[in-house]
Amino acid sequence: MSAPILSVKNLSVDFPLHKRVLNAVKNISFDLHRGETLCLVGESGSGKSVTARAILQLIAKPGAITGGQIILNSDGKETDIVALGSSGPAIRGVRGRKIAMIFQEPMTSLSPVHTIGHQIIETILLHEKISKDEARKRAAALLDRVRIPIPEQALDRYSFEFSGGMRQRAMIAMALSCNPEVLIADEPTTALDVTTQAEILSLIKELQRDRGMAVLFITHDMGVVAQIADRVMVMFRGDKVEEANVFDLFERPQQAYTKALLGSVLKLETPGPRPERPATETPVAQIDDLALHFPLNAGFFGKPTAYLKAIDGVSLTINEGETVGVVGESGSGKTTLGRTLLRVYTPTEGQVNYRRSDGTIVDIASLRKEGMKSLYGEVRMIFQDPHSSLNPRMTIYQIISEPLRTNTKMTEAQMRDRVEELLARVGLPTDIGDRYPHAFSGGQRQRISIARAVAVRPRLIIADEPTSALDVSLRHQVLDLMRDLQAEFGLSYLFISHDISVIRYFCDRVAVMKNGRIVEIGDVAQICERPQHEYTKTLISAVPRPNPRLRADAPALG
Amino acid sequence: MTLEAKPFDPNELLDQQVTAGQFQAAGQWAMVWAKFKKHKLAVISLVVVGLIYFVALFAEFLAPYDPGKFDPRYTYVPPQSIGFFVDDGAGGSRFQPHVTGYKIELNPVSFRREFTTDPEAIIPIGFFVEGQPYKLWGLFDSNWHLIGPIDQSQPFFLAGGDRLGRDLLSRTIHGTRISMSIGLVGVGLSLVIGMILGGISGYRGGMVDRVIQRVIEFIRSVPTIPLWLGLAAAMPKDWPPLQVYFSILVILSLIGWTEIARVVRGRFLSLRSEDFVISARLDGVSEFRLIMRHMMPSLYSHIIAAITLAIPNMILAETSLSFLGLGLQPPIVSWGVLLQDTQNLRAITQAPWLFIPGICVVIAVLSLNFLGDGVRDAADPYAK
Repeated sequence: MSAPILSVKNLSVDFPLHKRVLNAVKNISFDLHRGETLCLVGESGSGKSVTARAILQLIAKPGAITGGQIILNSDGKETDIVALGSSGPAIRGVRGRKIAMIFQEPMTSLSPVHTIGHQIIETILLHEKISKDEARKRAAALLDRVRIPIPEQALDRYSFEFSGGMRQRAMIAMALSCNPEVLIADEPTTALDVTTQAEILSLIKELQRDRGMAVLFITHDMGVVAQIADRVMVMFRGDKVEEANVFDLFERPQQAYTKALLGSVLKLETPGPRPERPATETPVAQIDDLALHFPLNAGFFGKPTAYLKAIDGVSLTINEGETVGVVGESGSGKTTLGRTLLRVYTPTEGQVNYRRSDGTIVDIASLRKEGMKSLYGEVRMIFQDPHSSLNPRMTIYQIISEPLRTNTKMTEAQMRDRVEELLARVGLPTDIGDRYPHAFSGGQRQRISIARAVAVRPRLIIADEPTSALDVSLRHQVLDLMRDLQAEFGLSYLFISHDISVIRYFCDRVAVMKNGRIVEIGDVAQICERPQHEYTKTLISAVPRPNPRLRADAPALG
Repeated sequence: MTLEAKPFDPNELLDQQVTAGQFQAAGQWAMVWAKFKKHKLAVISLVVVGLIYFVALFAEFLAPYDPGKFDPRYTYVPPQSIGFFVDDGAGGSRFQPHVTGYKIELNPVSFRREFTTDPEAIIPIGFFVEGQPYKLWGLFDSNWHLIGPIDQSQPFFLAGGDRLGRDLLSRTIHGTRISMSIGLVGVGLSLVIGMILGGISGYRGGMVDRVIQRVIEFIRSVPTIPLWLGLAAAMPKDWPPLQVYFSILVILSLIGWTEIARVVRGRFLSLRSEDFVISARLDGVSEFRLIMRHMMPSLYSHIIAAITLAIPNMILAETSLSFLGLGLQPPIVSWGVLLQDTQNLRAITQAPWLFIPGICVVIAVLSLNFLGDGVRDAADPYAK
C-alpha cells in the first residue's frame, strides 16, 4: 500500500474552560489514503469536528493543538501541518490548495454580498496565476461539474437565491476549485433534506472517483456512513474508540460503545412494539380540508396579490390511542399543521373536529379564545428543540407546574408531589425541581418537556420532531418513554418528523406531506415497504440505510 | 459541549451526561454576575459609580461646609493641600494633619488680590469634626463632618473657592446629589413610559405598533437642544427651585423614553415567537401572566443595561441645560450650575479649579457607560 496522503499522529486538542481544561481530542492517530473515504463518526461532543478543524489549523481560540503531528504527504514532500502555525503563507498554501473543507451550513459559509461566481473566481485567483477570463471559465466548468444547471448564469447569482442543496453544491465547487488532494466534509448534508442529501452524497462519491481525492467525512448519521465510507473511525468524548473497514464495523463491531451505537441505530430500523389498540376506532380529532394561507406582499391598501399556501386542504383523522405520523421535507407544512391544530396560527379554511372526553365535539378551527383555554389541558404539544422550549429563567418545578397551575385547582403542595411523580415517571431524579434547564443535557430536557406535556393528563399530544435535536442513542429512549406513557394514559399522538426511520419505529399510520398537501396516507408498514405515490417512493429510497451491504458497490459476502 | 473523562459504560444511560459544574442550580442573576465579573473595566466602573452615589447619599456629612456658606475674604482662593507633619519647634516634627493659611497681597498692576500660601499659618484639621449644623436627608440633626478645620473660623478650601468665596469641594459634593439623582429619577420616569409604550408596541404589533413607532421617530427627529431650550424657557421664572427641578426631570424624560421603548419593543418582538413563550401560551397561561411571568424575566437584564446607558445621557442633558442657564437655577447646586462659573475667561486663566465639577461629569458619564457596556454583555447569560 502506498504512503498515506494525510497521517495524523497522537493529535490532542485542548480548550481551556473557566476552571478546568476540556480535552476535546485526546491522542488520536489515523491515516488517510488517496482515493479513500474515511468517516469520522460520533455523537455530539465526541470531538469529531474539532479533529477535522485541527487538520486545517482552524481551531477557534482559546482552543489549541497541544500535541501530535499532522503529516501531509504531497508532491513527494512531507509537511507537518501542526508546525505551520495557524496563520501565515505556509498554512494558507495548504488550505484550499491541498486540503479543502466544506461545512454543515452552506448559508453561513458563503458570503451573501458577493455572487457565487465572484467567490469561486476569487479562490482560484488566490491560488493560481491565471487571467480573470480563464478563471471564470474554470468556475463555470466547476459549477457544471457539480451539476448546477446553466452554470454561466448561476455564476452571477447570490447565495440566497439558491436552495440549500444548490448552495452546498456551490460550496463543493468552491472547495474543488484548486484541485485539492484531500476534501474534509464536516456534516455537509445534515442541514439538508433526505432527497437532497442523497444527491450530494452521490456527487461527492463521484467527484472522489474522478479525481482520486481522499475524503474525510464527518457525520453523526450511521446511515450516511454505511453509504459512503471505505473505513470508519468511531469517536467518543475525544477518544478514538474503534477504526475499521466499513463492513467489519457494521458486521463485527469490537468495542462496547460501537455495539451500543449500532444497536440504537438498528433498533430504529424496525417497527417498535406498539401498545394494544381497541378493535373499534373512535376518532379523537378529525381534520377536514384544513387550509392556512399567509398573504404575501400585502399592499398598503389593496388586497394581497399572492398567498403562501402553508397548508392547502389537509384531511386527516386521529383515532383514540393511535399515533399518526406526518412526514415531509422542510417547507412541506408539517410543523405549521401541528401548530394550527392548537391555534398558534388561525386556519383560513376547514375544520378540526375534536371530540372531548365527554363525547361533545368542538371545532378547534373556529373556536374563540375562551373556548381554546379549556382545550389546552387536553391537547398538548412537545417541541422540537428542548433548548428553546424551556424558559431558561424558570426552574424545572416552575416549568412543569405551569400547566397544572392554569388548568387545575391544585394547591402548591399537591403540585410539588405531582411534579416529583412526573419527574420519576420520565426517568429523572425527583430532587431537580429547583434547578434550571441549562443544567441538563438535550435528552434530559426533552424528558422535562414530556413531563410538562403529560402533567395535566392530556388526550392528544402533538409532538413536533421531538427527537430531531437528540443524538441517535437517545432517540429510541425518548420514543420508548412516549410509547409507555401512551399505553398508560391512553394518549393519541400526532407525530411530526422528517425522519422516516423514527416514524417507522413509532407510528401506526403515516401521512406524507409535500407543499402543504398530503400526498399519501396509510399504515406505516405499507408506506415504508410499498409506497404508492412517486414522491413517497423517492423519499423512502433516499433515506440512507445503516447497512453497507445495500450499497451498489458492496462486495459479495465472503 | 459536555465531555467527561470516564470511559464508556454500556450499562449507563446514554443521556446522563449532566454538566457537573458550578451553575447546577444557579439562577439567572448568578449567571449574569459570573459573566459580568469577567468584564474588568465594568467592575471597576461599578465601584466608581457606587462611590459617586455614596457621595450623593451622604453629601451633607462628606462636605465640610454648607454649599451656600460664603466668605468674601476668600474669593477665588486656590486649593490647599493637606500636610501631615508640622515642625514642633525643637527640630523634630509631630503628626498633625493640617492645611496652610493664605497670605493676601494686592497686586498693584492688576488691582487684584493674590493669594499665596503661608507656611507659617498652620490650620489644624481633623476627621469627624463638629462644624455647621445640618439635617441629614431632612431627618436627622447633626453637625458632624467627615473632614474640616478644627477651628471653624479658619479657611479650609481643598478644591479652592469660587467668586463668592464658597468652598468648591462642598458645592461639588452637594452638586453630585442633584446631578446623579436627576439621572436616576429621570431614567426611572422614562422607564415607566418606555416600558409601557414599548411593551404594547412589541406585544400587540400591527397598527398600534406602527403608530407608536412613528411617534418615537418623530420625537427622535426633533433636535434636542432647541427643544429643551424651548421647554425650559416656557417655565415661569418665579417657580421655586424644587418645582424647577421636577419640571426639568419631566422635560428630560419626555424625550429620553424613546430609547428604552425601542429596546423593550425589540425584545418583545423576538420573545413573542420563542418556543418557550408559545409553549406557555399552550399551557393556557393568561395574557397578563404570560407577559409578567414568562416574558418579563428575560427583559430585566436588558432593561438594566438600557437604564445604565441612559443615565449618562440624562446627566449630560441636565449639565448642558444648566450650563446654558436654562436648567436648574441657583441656589440649587448641580454640576451644570457650578460650571456656569466657567463661562468667563477669568476662570480659565486664574481659577482653573472651577472645572472640577466638569471632571466629575466626565468620570460619572464614563464609568456609567462602561458599566452599561458590561451589563449589556452580561445581560443574556444564555447566549452562546
